[in-house]
Amino acid sequence: MICQECGQRPATMHFTKIINGDKTESHLCDQCSQEKGEMFMFPGNSAFSINDLLSGLLNNNQQMSQSKESAVQNNKVLQCDRCKLTYEQFTKIGRFGCSNCYKTFQPNILPILKRLHAGNTSHTGKIPKRIGGGLHIRKEIEELKTQLQSFIATEEFEKAAEVRDRIRNLEKVLNEQGDR
Amino acid sequence: MSLEHFLNHTVNSWMNEEGPYSDIVLSSRIRLARNLNNIQFPTVATNEEGQQIIGLMMEHFAEKEVEKVGKLEFLNISELKSLEKWVLVEKHLISPQLAEESNYGACLLSPNEEVSIMINEEDHIRIQCLFPGLQLNEALELAQQFDDWMEEKLDFAFDEKLGFLTSCPTNVGTGMRASVMMHLPALVITQQINRMLPAINQLGLVVRGTYGEGSEAQGNIFQISNQITLGKSEEDIVDDLLSVVHQLITQERTAREALLKTSHIQLEDRVFRSYGILANSRIIESKEAAICLSDVRLGIDLGLIKNVSRTILNELMILTQPGFLQQYAGGPLRPNERDIRRATFIRERLKLEELKDNGGDVK
Repeated sequence: MICQECGQRPATMHFTKIINGDKTESHLCDQCSQEKGEMFMFPGNSAFSINDLLSGLLNNNQQMSQSKESAVQNNKVLQCDRCKLTYEQFTKIGRFGCSNCYKTFQPNILPILKRLHAGNTSHTGKIPKRIGGGLHIRKEIEELKTQLQSFIATEEFEKAAEVRDRIRNLEKVLNEQGDR
Repeated sequence: MSLEHFLNHTVNSWMNEEGPYSDIVLSSRIRLARNLNNIQFPTVATNEEGQQIIGLMMEHFAEKEVEKVGKLEFLNISELKSLEKWVLVEKHLISPQLAEESNYGACLLSPNEEVSIMINEEDHIRIQCLFPGLQLNEALELAQQFDDWMEEKLDFAFDEKLGFLTSCPTNVGTGMRASVMMHLPALVITQQINRMLPAINQLGLVVRGTYGEGSEAQGNIFQISNQITLGKSEEDIVDDLLSVVHQLITQERTAREALLKTSHIQLEDRVFRSYGILANSRIIESKEAAICLSDVRLGIDLGLIKNVSRTILNELMILTQPGFLQQYAGGPLRPNERDIRRATFIRERLKLEELKDNGGDVK
């Protein structure tokens, strides 16, 4: 067979690609396959990815936790009921299938999150405005309550009363949101 | 505006403008990963779900006028030619992963290329803001503005305890990756970089090559970014990164001064030899070009080379990559043809600078 790229040298490399069910075959000589390969390869693509590393970490973790667990639990397949990803699949690809996976696999992933994020397991960053609405208010109430305590301790009762009223207002907003 | 705009308008604003600390910091980038609730992440999404995301993004954000940013162009990655995708990758507007692997990949680009939003990469949405020089806080502010804007229309996957839920557990929490691209030739020449990199890693930061994860540091360019995304606020992450970057800037400047003092003639020799190669070679591989460009840039920063502007080198670093060369040639080039084109291109650009410098006709 002659190389379909240069049409001169004999084809020594045979590729079969299946994309969305469409099968294409290509037959190339060494030189053309090398050039084509380079032409369509993006920099950094062949590199060992973070997911490969992660997969090793997850498998390791699974083996350790399995040795502690009972045989009965081992037989139960942990699977996300929304996207159907199993924990075993997750350890292989290092990625979750949907947001619900975080709930399904929570006990298993907390130690991993700890290791990945320097011991942290709680988000302290941005809270989205619309969907995190109630959370914003609850955090503000918590902060105001601490303020209230310190005003009472320093006997600044006028300021304390102001803060108390603000807390009441916020609690009202929160209740109204809950009713909706 | 069209795809041609992003392909022909070759130099991004982040490469063209001079930002703060631009003698050492090339660019600052903030990336926010966001996902939609109740729709499977791109890694396992069905055809229908992939299309659903594209539909939602087109409906709410394509061709929408955004304050101070302009109209967002929507590009469907699967409709692009291989070479066009490559050019977008080389401009750092999309990732290699989106260009190569995604079935339903798309992106939204702002006219000046400061904002690019990748759709259906590893996460449903990745907002990227790229600024010239050291402007991490400015990039963060713009990224937050886009995040708020998109959140008005979309239900993001968010958990009270874990924050923004991402496909990969390494991004959960803020979903934010802040990174700074730095040119550190003097720290490499004096071999101090080898001592500094492990220390940077211990601070929860990662150092990588130009294209991120797994890529080589070509031409003494390093990308420094945060590793931890959970348990720290966005502002704290940026502050921590900035403090390390400022230290690196100080160290690099000290090393440059020391080199000038102790090895002035050797440094001059190195810089002008590299200039000579760039100005005269007929065949040049990308690796050699990157090394020489780094030397010449150092020469400009130190005032040894006076007739070349720093921006032309920023431009050359982007334009001499394989995708761009082929885009210019109008079709695929074999590796040896690229090396010839690259050499010609660099020679012509440098000549243009000389003409400008001599008050000649630069048409």
